Amino acid sequence: MSERKIRILIAKPGLDGHDRGAKIVARALRDAGFEVIYTGLHQTPEQIVETAIQEDVDAIGLSCLSGAHMTLFPKVTKLLKEKGIDDILVTGGGIVPKEDIPKLKEAGIDMVFGPGTPLDDIINYHKEQIRK
Amino acid sequence: MDLAERVLAGDKRGVARLISLIEAEDEDAFVQLGKLHSRTGKAHIIGVTGPPGSGKSTIVDRMAKAFRQMDKKVGIIAVDPTSPFTGGAILGDRIRMLDLTLDEGVFIRSMGTRGHLGGLSRAASGAVKVLDAFGMDIILIETVGAGQSEVEIVSHAHTTIIVEMPGLGDEIQTIKAGIMEIGDIFVINKADRQGADKTAMEIQAMLGLNPEKPEWEPPILQTIARTNKGIDALVEKAMEHYDYLKKSGNFENILEQGIREELEVLIKNQLGRLMGQVVDRERQDEFINKIMEKELDPYTAANILMENVKGKLCDGD
Ligand SMILES: Nc1nc2c(ncn2[C@@H]2O[C@H](COP(=O)(O)OP(=O)(O)O)[C@@H](O)[C@H]2O)c(=O)[nH]1
Ligand SMILES: [Mg+2]
Repeated sequence: MSERKIRILIAKPGLDGHDRGAKIVARALRDAGFEVIYTGLHQTPEQIVETAIQEDVDAIGLSCLSGAHMTLFPKVTKLLKEKGIDDILVTGGGIVPKEDIPKLKEAGIDMVFGPGTPLDDIINYHKEQIRK
Repeated sequence: MDLAERVLAGDKRGVARLISLIEAEDEDAFVQLGKLHSRTGKAHIIGVTGPPGSGKSTIVDRMAKAFRQMDKKVGIIAVDPTSPFTGGAILGDRIRMLDLTLDEGVFIRSMGTRGHLGGLSRAASGAVKVLDAFGMDIILIETVGAGQSEVEIVSHAHTTIIVEMPGLGDEIQTIKAGIMEIGDIFVINKADRQGADKTAMEIQAMLGLNPEKPEWEPPILQTIARTNKGIDALVEKAMEHYDYLKKSGNFENILEQGIREELEVLIKNQLGRLMGQVVDRERQDEFINKIMEKELDPYTAANILMENVKGKLCDGD
């Protein structure tokens, strides 16, 4: 049996047109040996969850710069829950004010990476959580 | 319910999980695939290959939509290269297929080549079987037409489409080497750009070099996948090729050939594993020293070790 690869979906819900940050994270994860499913801009939460199912990912990384994270991120975790999926790690990144983080965690987002989070922290977090 | 049962019951998560097990070469994957075998064989398997950026993913997306118009269910396996240095990959083909995500009659799976010899084609052909048993009428496999294993994958397809684009003179030279032979349909995509006719003529000339006149003469089509131009004709040709295979009896030949190769690989793998168990490793180490010291030659040594193995196998242990 070959080693288990970590598969992660990097998705950008919402309407903002900036995916530079998401791309940088995607490349860093690839360089760390992850398989990154990258779906680009303007994903609906429904599309994100369906993609995660078909690709059997271990984690979903959501990136949002438009300020709509408080509606979009919890929508993803809610859909996962409705489908009975509890084994996919969900993290968020982008511009998320500190005071929103507890609410997001309450809504089932496992981790929020604020602007300027070192890429290594993101990589290590996933390795630790998923290998568990 | 085990995974095979979940696949047959139409459970997408079961399909996705089983494909992961196949990729990981998990023992149970073979058990599950074994259970699915009798339910496979109904899908038309279409390989789409060609250089990066030629528009393969866009073509796959457009073809899938055309097949959906005919009410056919479509499975897609999109393969992208794994970095040989890090083992990681960015799998980005879905970007061109976003409208298909929520279509109940479509299942898309991205795969990295993962580098192990023959492993990719094993994983991809396993995934094809799962999608076949899942009830997909059409299965599209996208690979970059570069390495041997990619060629191997599409060579297992019923219909192989080779995608080129204008102005890639040098590229065609490299593609020609391993891949021209396996093309059933040639597509020059991005025909909105200059030079499509010239590329078509070059391919035509290359195909003309074949001294035997083939039963199926590969058509050379031009498409503009971005605007859907030429896609209906492409889909029609693909279906025509499938009909040709069925009517000419070549379908059975491909099937038989595929099964023969698959069985051989499976047996070789088991023999490889058996070797680890029955070859006397201590003796082998001893022989290696003797061979280094020129007291023994490797050919005699191999024969002696094999005598021993045969003895063990015949004893039944
Ligand atoms: N001009 C032009 N661009 C196209 C056409 N088809 C696809 N493309 C673009 O070519 C780029 C690569 O396409 P993609 O399908 O990802 O190619 P692949 O790497 O072979 O899968 C994308 O930006 C597409 O939008 C076409 O017919 N004409
Ligand atoms: Mg592609």
